Amino acid sequence: MNVTATLIGQMIVFSILVWFVKGVLWEPMLKVLEDRKVRIADGLAAAEKGKHEEELARKHALDELKKAKAEAAEIVSQAQKRASEIVDEAKNAAVEEAGRVKVAAQADIEQEVSRARETLRTQVSALAVAGAEKILGKEIDAAAHAKALDELAAQI
Amino acid sequence: MSESNAPAISNPVEYIQHHLTNWSVGVEHGEQVKIVDFSVFHVDVFLFSALLAGLFAFFAWKVGKNLSPDKPVGAQNVAETVVEFVNQQVKDIFPSADRLIGPLAITIFVWVLLMNSMDFLPADLLPAIAGGIGSLFGADPHHVYLKVVPTTNLDTTFALALSVFALIIFYNIKHKGLVGYIKQFLFHPFGPYLMPVNIIMTAIEEVAKPVSLGLRLFGNMFAGELLFLLIALLAFSVWAMPAQIALGSLWAIFHMLVVPLQAFIFMLLTIVYLGLASQNDEHH
Repeated sequence: MNVTATLIGQMIVFSILVWFVKGVLWEPMLKVLEDRKVRIADGLAAAEKGKHEEELARKHALDELKKAKAEAAEIVSQAQKRASEIVDEAKNAAVEEAGRVKVAAQADIEQEVSRARETLRTQVSALAVAGAEKILGKEIDAAAHAKALDELAAQI
Repeated sequence: MSESNAPAISNPVEYIQHHLTNWSVGVEHGEQVKIVDFSVFHVDVFLFSALLAGLFAFFAWKVGKNLSPDKPVGAQNVAETVVEFVNQQVKDIFPSADRLIGPLAITIFVWVLLMNSMDFLPADLLPAIAGGIGSLFGADPHHVYLKVVPTTNLDTTFALALSVFALIIFYNIKHKGLVGYIKQFLFHPFGPYLMPVNIIMTAIEEVAKPVSLGLRLFGNMFAGELLFLLIALLAFSVWAMPAQIALGSLWAIFHMLVVPLQAFIFMLLTIVYLGLASQNDEHH
């Protein structure tokens, strides 16, 4: 329980220790802590900003989607309209074509009929002559009876 | 120091006196050291406090070298907790920013805590080892003294207290100027008409600071040490052992409160005193 020269030694140790701790631990660590505080604050601010931007982007995307949907609906309805128009046009064209084909066919038929009739006519007159020859037993002069044959043929 | 399982003690007075004597240079065996004697040097006090200072310095260097800004792990976490705790105390109490006060406070806190913690080692462990080593070199083990708790010695506590006192004077002059500091002695607390009283009052006030700092720590630690020694004396018979163990454990648990508390009080009062010294207003 006394004060001795140790006191001086302890004071020296104490001063050196304070100086050492100050340089080695205290100041670097406070700097690290301060930096970390700043970085955390920055990070939180950035997160807040990011959240805000994300909200905006989501809203924007929703708008775009709505617009696109409306556009698509319009396109679809236009397409439907156009399709029905095309169908109508096609129908009309087909009807027209069918009419034309029919007319042409009728003309062909008539032509065939008249041609057949002509052939028939000539063959009828030959048949009549041949028939008459059998019946009469003698040759008929076709030229002499041409008039009568023509009349006969015309009646067919 | 906590209780020990030393064999039955034949002479209690000698046992305690042996434990309370320092390993010293400059004093004959059995000679009483005067209350202030600068020809004596306590080797054990200096050795253990310097070892603990070295331990703290090594820890500080190790942590400070590998500071990781984003991933504090292990020792860095511990150091950060202590640094932030001390820094918060400094910020709360100290009026202005100062680059020395923080390192000073943390050094006092940790170093005193470490020195006080030497008390938790068994009371006879290190002295017995020292006695054994001493007898190897031909010394009488009863004449080998070792006191392992540096803060049970006035040298250590007053080394800290007087360093703080020097800083109090330095901060007073730094912030108030020499004239302001002298004015404080002349005109406080009773105004200019009671100048002689003022000088005495302020001088007592100022001197009381380091004295109370040093004596408080010394008293608490010395009393704790003495109680551990008294408890260790219970080892006089096998039948007293349960009481020794119970009391020793109880006192050790209580001492676990006292050890950090005394370190904290020393640190806190240092900050308070230096804070008062750096207050610049004329009327406080």
